[in-house]
Amino acid sequence: MRQFLVHDIRDNVGVAVVDISGGQVISGTTLDGGHALQVTAGEAISLGHKIALKDLKPGDTVIKYGEDIGKVVANIQTGQHVHVHNLKTKRW
Amino acid sequence: MEEIPKIKGFRRENGRVGIRNHVAILAVDDISNAATEGVAHVIHGVLPLPHAYGRLQFGEDLELFFRTMIGTGANPNVAAVIVIGIEPGWTGRIVDGIARTGKPVTGFSIERNGDLKTIEAASRKAQEYVQWASELAREECSLHEVYVSVKCGESDTTTGLASCPTVGHVVDRVVAIGGTASFGETSELTGAEHIVQNRAATAEVGEAFLKTFTEYQDFINRHKTDDLSESQPTKGNIRGGLTTIEEKAMGNIQKIGKHAQYVGVLKPAEAPTGRGLWFMDTSSAAAEAVTLWAASGAVVHLFPTGQGNVIGNPIEPVIKISGNFLTCKTMSEHIDLDVSRILTGEMTLDQAGEELLNLTVRTCNGRLTAAEALGHREFVMTKLYRSA
Repeated sequence: MRQFLVHDIRDNVGVAVVDISGGQVISGTTLDGGHALQVTAGEAISLGHKIALKDLKPGDTVIKYGEDIGKVVANIQTGQHVHVHNLKTKRW
Repeated sequence: MEEIPKIKGFRRENGRVGIRNHVAILAVDDISNAATEGVAHVIHGVLPLPHAYGRLQFGEDLELFFRTMIGTGANPNVAAVIVIGIEPGWTGRIVDGIARTGKPVTGFSIERNGDLKTIEAASRKAQEYVQWASELAREECSLHEVYVSVKCGESDTTTGLASCPTVGHVVDRVVAIGGTASFGETSELTGAEHIVQNRAATAEVGEAFLKTFTEYQDFINRHKTDDLSESQPTKGNIRGGLTTIEEKAMGNIQKIGKHAQYVGVLKPAEAPTGRGLWFMDTSSAAAEAVTLWAASGAVVHLFPTGQGNVIGNPIEPVIKISGNFLTCKTMSEHIDLDVSRILTGEMTLDQAGEELLNLTVRTCNGRLTAAEALGHREFVMTKLYRSA
């Protein structure tokens, strides 16, 4: 049973497809099914929310769908929740 | 060439195919709403369309107003139209615009008559129209004759993973069989505009898209007071896990499929002039945008939702698709197609796309959507600026 999905192999975040609890070792796959990944969730992550697949620091770009979806504004460790508290738009 | 699914629709006087058979009572302006609704109280089976505008509009905003009014009446899902306005001038302009389709349409104005005489005269005509329309029969048509619009709402990350690509599958199919489809949400392509530009059929069309997109960005930048994080993404988007407009845009564009190239750029409520996929300049607010598509002639709308936008439209049926199992469970009465098994790997996108295509055919044949059954009739005019 997979717990997260990754749109593109270049992505540095995955999307939880179930509610995930902190400390859980979770398995995911790319959408094309070609790559299996595993990370340890650093905290609880709800269905639909993003999980970091790499350590990220302020100024880094978050990649999803293989595309730029915004800038990191606080340190993020692999397995942590990526959302409005640590990721901001580069537009508007 | 792919096999073209058959549907049972209403072929109108101008050859266009509709999938509903409404007799619309169209209010020209806000102060004619009472008379419009008055007719609907007297005559069973009519569709009153009250709204908030129609007075002292001018310039481009007035042109959009007339395009929306005339386009709504001209939509092939409408068999006949009663137009009620405060005065005969603008009422007549809308009647004349709708009459070009060849369908029955009559205008009534309130000044020098009053509401009561207007309601009586309009009701007599409306009775004639509903009895006439009730004898119109569905006939065999092809799916490629059905103009399809697509737009998502209350998106979350599941829309980009499941429901939007499911719609994209159908858009690819509709375009492949020689049909007509339209997407838009100009503001919500922010961060994916380079991808959309590259999906244009020609460089000129791509440039036209980018010009429209840039004008909308300029408009937002002129009026914004913050980074729009209170509005776009919406609070519902954020609750569902979407963080930035760029991320939302990437999910949004999954609706245009993998192959289809758009052949032209439409102004709000402008009708496509040929087959294929078209980009329409719209806001991303659901009721406003779907009203514009219905006014452009679209007869069925495919609407992916993550967190559960409940929108419907009086003219074009809105089919809801969700890949969020929580939404499908807690709001099941609103969801026409549950594709959440894509997330668990128990359903492929191709399977989901075929299920949606099948449901679209059934909806064209007369099956009521969830929004229709629940009475959702959001008719919301797009207003560009204040009246004079």
